[in-house]
Amino acid sequence: MTDTRTAASPAASPTPGGAAGSPRATPAPEEIADQAGAELAVRTKALTKRFRSGQVAVNGIDLQVPRGAVYGFLGPNGSGKTTTIRMLLGLIGPSSGQAWLLGRPMPAAGTDVLPRVGALIEGPAFHPWLSGRANLVRLDACDATAPPDRKGRIDEALERVGLGAAAHKKYRQYSLGMKQRLGLAAALLRPRELLVLDEPTNGLDPQGTREVRRLVGELAEAGTTVLVSSHLLAEIENVCTHVGIMSTGRLVLQGERTSLTSQSDRQLWVRTDAEHAAGAAQVLTTLGLTEVVTDGTELQALLGEISPADVTRALVTAGIPVLGLAERAPTLEDVFVRLTGEGFDVAR
Amino acid sequence: MSPAETATPTTAPRTGGGVRHLLGSELRLVFGRRRNVVLLLGLAAVPILLGVVIFITQDTVVGSQGPGFIGRVAGNGLFLVVAALFTCLPFLLPLTIGIVSGDAIAGEAATGTLRSLITVPVPRTRLLLVKAIVALCFAAAAVLTIAIVGLITGWVLFGISDLVLLSGDTITAGAGLFRVLGVAAYVAMSMSGLVMVGVLLSTLTETPVAAMAGTVTVAVVSAVLDSLPQLSAIHPGLLTHYWIDFAEFLRLEVDPAALAPGLLVQAAWVLLAGTIAWSRFTTADISS
Repeated sequence: MTDTRTAASPAASPTPGGAAGSPRATPAPEEIADQAGAELAVRTKALTKRFRSGQVAVNGIDLQVPRGAVYGFLGPNGSGKTTTIRMLLGLIGPSSGQAWLLGRPMPAAGTDVLPRVGALIEGPAFHPWLSGRANLVRLDACDATAPPDRKGRIDEALERVGLGAAAHKKYRQYSLGMKQRLGLAAALLRPRELLVLDEPTNGLDPQGTREVRRLVGELAEAGTTVLVSSHLLAEIENVCTHVGIMSTGRLVLQGERTSLTSQSDRQLWVRTDAEHAAGAAQVLTTLGLTEVVTDGTELQALLGEISPADVTRALVTAGIPVLGLAERAPTLEDVFVRLTGEGFDVAR
Repeated sequence: MSPAETATPTTAPRTGGGVRHLLGSELRLVFGRRRNVVLLLGLAAVPILLGVVIFITQDTVVGSQGPGFIGRVAGNGLFLVVAALFTCLPFLLPLTIGIVSGDAIAGEAATGTLRSLITVPVPRTRLLLVKAIVALCFAAAAVLTIAIVGLITGWVLFGISDLVLLSGDTITAGAGLFRVLGVAAYVAMSMSGLVMVGVLLSTLTETPVAAMAGTVTVAVVSAVLDSLPQLSAIHPGLLTHYWIDFAEFLRLEVDPAALAPGLLVQAAWVLLAGTIAWSRFTTADISS
């Protein structure tokens, strides 16, 4: 998934905690188009949402989604992803900061820009007493700028998400997976330049999840920019060209996916017996491995430039029984855990 | 699905067309919903039941009893329309209207479809306008249902003859029909303030039942306040105060000046509730 599309990225380098200390920018007049961000499908500047309760759900984030990217917007439940997406789409107003979609300011330019944006926000939502198809007809009829051939477009969207056979079933009789698919179909009712998909794999079985990944891949192939959020890192990690990771309202990490994980240090995993765990940790530290963590009989450490073969030799020389040893490429989750010091699934 | 294809300016403003499309879809949604059809059928049952009961008891002593309009039904089917509207006015009509207008925005919020509509995008002012228009249409349809079913039932059971007015004067059946239609039109107009109150409450909550109950409560409280002579100072401003003025159509000369206060009070409530609803809905965070 790392093709030429990423070349235009202005966000090529990871910016851990980049948004954290930036001062609030004075909001410019709303209708000014975003000159600098013309190459960006989504851009925010110090975007902040403070709820009336005083809770800061989104804290000064600078989102940068290049055109053509598949941007994985990741973070635990409650980290501010959905609130950010709602601000991007003009459903809620930011407390401070600005947002642009396809180079136009939101929410001011919503009427012009939203027809080019397909969205699935916080799960699918339809009238339960209408059929899946009737729900799509309703949405399309509400679209003042919808292209002609409603019937053809709706049938195509339904086929695309595999709901052709269930189109006339009442929405309330749909399974969670079918509801999610109908939500995707609604986002695909007309050609879009940008798709914003909030947790599109929620409630889908592994088969459905794979299909969503395939669909996202197809759309990206055709040139559509996709912003896809998820609280399950592993689920969408592989389809993304870019990644932004939220934690407690802040964007702690953003950039090209490959550069985020490959340049981060490789990890080493060792298993020995309980007696020798401490000794093994000693050997690893002496060798120059960092962040050595012992968990019972298992150890983890960052390899740095050291080769696993050298580690094996050193351990054996020190008389430590090596029951298992492996090198792992770091996953996004490892990167996240290292940056925030907490498990990915831990909500606040 | 290529960006080049989508870059064509398909987004030229077509406000008029936008309202028309949305209005059609909204009318289908509201009038096609089974719950709403059942509400209308319920109202249609009122003149039928009323007519049948009067028909059965008309030769008995009980038959000649009852308030003004009801006593006259047996003599002329036209009066069944007036009697049925009079029966529905205090509670059944406000209930029906409360359910549909309270559902306007809150119902979409509860199903989550409000966020889909806003991101389609449907401009918020346009959405509110169309929701209000359709709620008004439903209120008119509710009154019309009672009137038409009342007219048919009255004609079948009692026949339609020259109309004896409240003053004792008699006008032809044709002229009488116009008078009865005037009654229905006035009752329908009298509902507009309550409809708008319902739409307003509907923008304040994500729970449709709360907006529905609130709307009915407003009508009931207004009627209670209207019945307290100590509060006569505020009576002219009450939503329900002039509801009964439809009787003006049954006098010898219909005096427009006598109908004006009721219509003005309704217009004031529509304006007030509509303005608050608009200022609230166009700025509110949609987090449902």
